Amino acid sequence: MKFELDTSPHLQPTASVHRVMLHVLLGLIPGAIAMIWFFGWGVWFNIVIAIVTATGAEAMMIRSRGGDARATLHDLSAVVTAVLLALALPPLAPWWLTVTGSLFAIIITKQLFGGLGFNPFNPAMAGYAALLISFPREMTQWIPPSMIAEHPLGLWDTLVVTFAGSLPDQLPWDAVTAATPLDLMKTRLGLMDTIGEIRSNILFGDFGGRGWEWVGNWFFVGGLWLLYKRIITWHIPVAVLGSLFTISLLFYLTNPDAHPTPLFHIFSGGAVVCAFFIATDPVSGCASAKGRLLFGACVGILIFVIRTWGGYPDGVAFAVLLMNLAAPSIDYFTRPRVFGEDRGS
Amino acid sequence: MESSDRLAHFYGGIALPENKTHTRGRPIEQAPIPGRVIIPLNQHIGEPAVACVSIGDKVLRGQTIARANGHLSAPTHASTSGRVVDIADYPIAHPSGMDASCIVIEADGDDNWVTDNETTRDYRALSADNIRRRIEDAGIVGLGGAVYPTGAKLAPQPNQSLHTLVINGAECEPFISSDDMLMRERASEVIVGARIIAHALQLDKCIIGVEDCQQEAIAALRLAEQELDATDIDIIEVPSLYPAGGERQLIKVLLKQEVPEKGLPQDLGVVCHNVGTAAAVYQAICLGKPLTSRIVTVTGTGCASPRNFEARIGSSFASLIEAAGGYTGNAKRLIMGGPMMGFAIASDVVPVVKATNCILVAGPSDLGQYRPTLPCIRCGECERVCPAQLLPQQLFWYTRAQNWEQVEAHHLSACIECGCCSQVCPSHIPLVEYYRFAKSSLRQRNLEKQRSDQARDRHQARDDRLQREKLERDERMRKKKVAINKQKANVSEPDS
Repeated sequence: MKFELDTSPHLQPTASVHRVMLHVLLGLIPGAIAMIWFFGWGVWFNIVIAIVTATGAEAMMIRSRGGDARATLHDLSAVVTAVLLALALPPLAPWWLTVTGSLFAIIITKQLFGGLGFNPFNPAMAGYAALLISFPREMTQWIPPSMIAEHPLGLWDTLVVTFAGSLPDQLPWDAVTAATPLDLMKTRLGLMDTIGEIRSNILFGDFGGRGWEWVGNWFFVGGLWLLYKRIITWHIPVAVLGSLFTISLLFYLTNPDAHPTPLFHIFSGGAVVCAFFIATDPVSGCASAKGRLLFGACVGILIFVIRTWGGYPDGVAFAVLLMNLAAPSIDYFTRPRVFGEDRGS
Repeated sequence: MESSDRLAHFYGGIALPENKTHTRGRPIEQAPIPGRVIIPLNQHIGEPAVACVSIGDKVLRGQTIARANGHLSAPTHASTSGRVVDIADYPIAHPSGMDASCIVIEADGDDNWVTDNETTRDYRALSADNIRRRIEDAGIVGLGGAVYPTGAKLAPQPNQSLHTLVINGAECEPFISSDDMLMRERASEVIVGARIIAHALQLDKCIIGVEDCQQEAIAALRLAEQELDATDIDIIEVPSLYPAGGERQLIKVLLKQEVPEKGLPQDLGVVCHNVGTAAAVYQAICLGKPLTSRIVTVTGTGCASPRNFEARIGSSFASLIEAAGGYTGNAKRLIMGGPMMGFAIASDVVPVVKATNCILVAGPSDLGQYRPTLPCIRCGECERVCPAQLLPQQLFWYTRAQNWEQVEAHHLSACIECGCCSQVCPSHIPLVEYYRFAKSSLRQRNLEKQRSDQARDRHQARDDRLQREKLERDERMRKKKVAINKQKANVSEPDS
């Protein structure tokens, strides 16, 4: 009898990239539903447009390089990028904004660097940053959460806004949009208002922005599920939220009138989704436990720094991108001790 | 009773499906005497043994048919009685599929033992040298798979004070149950063997480490321990986690100490032997029986009726599989050893050797579905499971880039090729294969560097020599010139 030959280990791995990405997508569902609940159908349209564009772009790029597009799409990484980008965009973003961001994320940030596993930057955040720099007006047109919206838009109205760019009943844009809590915080702090005065605004809830804090909670739930499923390790989420909490607490304690509470920082904007879903992107992050702690801690600090002193109300995208740059060096300098290695004392 | 809170943990490792129930269910069976046995001469890590019988010789079971050749070599013995019919190259179980020098014995079916071997009732009366010599003569090597000659580990080394003997009964690889069954059925042999080794090395402490999923084996050992009044031996359960049976991992768990990266357990005062080796030591010293058989697990869904055999060294894999009910339609891959660290062989016409603890006739369901390799997504899972605490991912990238300086700087040599990293990789990258490639490349590179260093030194020496000779020649010339000038001066002096 003749037998096939192969080298050990003979046992085939059970994990797969497909499974990892699928779990990330499942983990995003609670937060995504919460966003649709609070910010309307626009979020849903953004997700759909982003997925269609991203997978189409990925297939095109793979095919132009002579690869197997179907097998590549099966890993679902393009879908994860698309959903993360879509969730970061304003709910009433025009269709071309989402398309441009997705194309940038997939083609420039991911595929031109070699595709899955080779991109130095987080594609979704690079796409977001490109849009923020190129289209600042469109990117800052947020809407208030549904419970305080004066003119909530239905499914059809949202569709018209997304694809035709026109509001129903000749409404002016000012009537439907509102600043995000982080934006408002930044602007009013710039006007030397105190935190107490700012917090009395209808946009604010118990900890962070009204609605936003619930979105954060649901992303938190999804993140815990990822931890439970061992898709991510605890290091990055703990480091991001821990360092953001600690540094904002320090500043809050020194001057509570000029610095919002640590919980406001955590439950506003993209902090939670960043901690569990964005900074944990393995490709552009660190690999070792120590490296991940350092990476996450720096992301948290950078978020605070950009929010407090930077030019943008939220700092997630730039914090992650900056740390992506540092990731290889962090990995290099945090090599763990090898079994039996004597490093001296 | 030993409580497990005294134990340490080793980093990493993975929980694997055991797949041992089929073969644990039934007792060890005597494999039938094969028509002929093919006994390789290289069943140990050192130089192959040298045949000391000729074609046509009648041999008895246990008779030495090849002598040890040098330090880490070991003798081999006839595993049944019969006639030597050939001494030539035959295929052996080896990853490369190569042939090796073998002695072929046609069995006469009587299986008569040699009768003049020394037996001993009380090993305590024996000197350490005597024990070591008899273990060496019995051809005993590490039966856990390393086949390091056991006698060499018993030789006292200067600057080493040994204090603890660790007997490795942690059979962590899936499918294999040969050590487990040995402990269940022959626990007293293991315990006496351990005491003999401890006696020979004058060790005051002896620990037998067994995985906590091997409860019957533990019970059998404890019973034997009581019967033999050997309560000085600690039987300790270690958590079942692959690769808990790795020597370094087991020592870490039991003694909370790490064997130095480039060192040996002996550096910690510890010496480690497999349970099978201990039983073989008992057989050799007390019964006078050299190593002519071993317990072999024959298993996998490719084989109809999996079980453990006591098989003669030199029996063909085919004969054992036949005795285990033959092949099912599923037989796909033939593996010597377990699914994690064993190696695949192309044909079943190869002999059982001292290292053969398991013949795995794997079917598709045993190994899982093959899936194509994807790019590394740097998830770091490999690093979380690496028991050597390496960065498998970095090693992979540096190997791909053939950056050998960095591969060395990341301690590739500490890799034990356990396969944990490959097993958890979501991108299905054959990581261990990369490391094997890197190791051989590094070896090659170091060899070349050594050669070029030598060549440079030789060249330098030659240059130095030529320079020196030139200087000496010049010096001689100068002296000669001086002498001639002087002579000339002398000659011309009277004129002046």
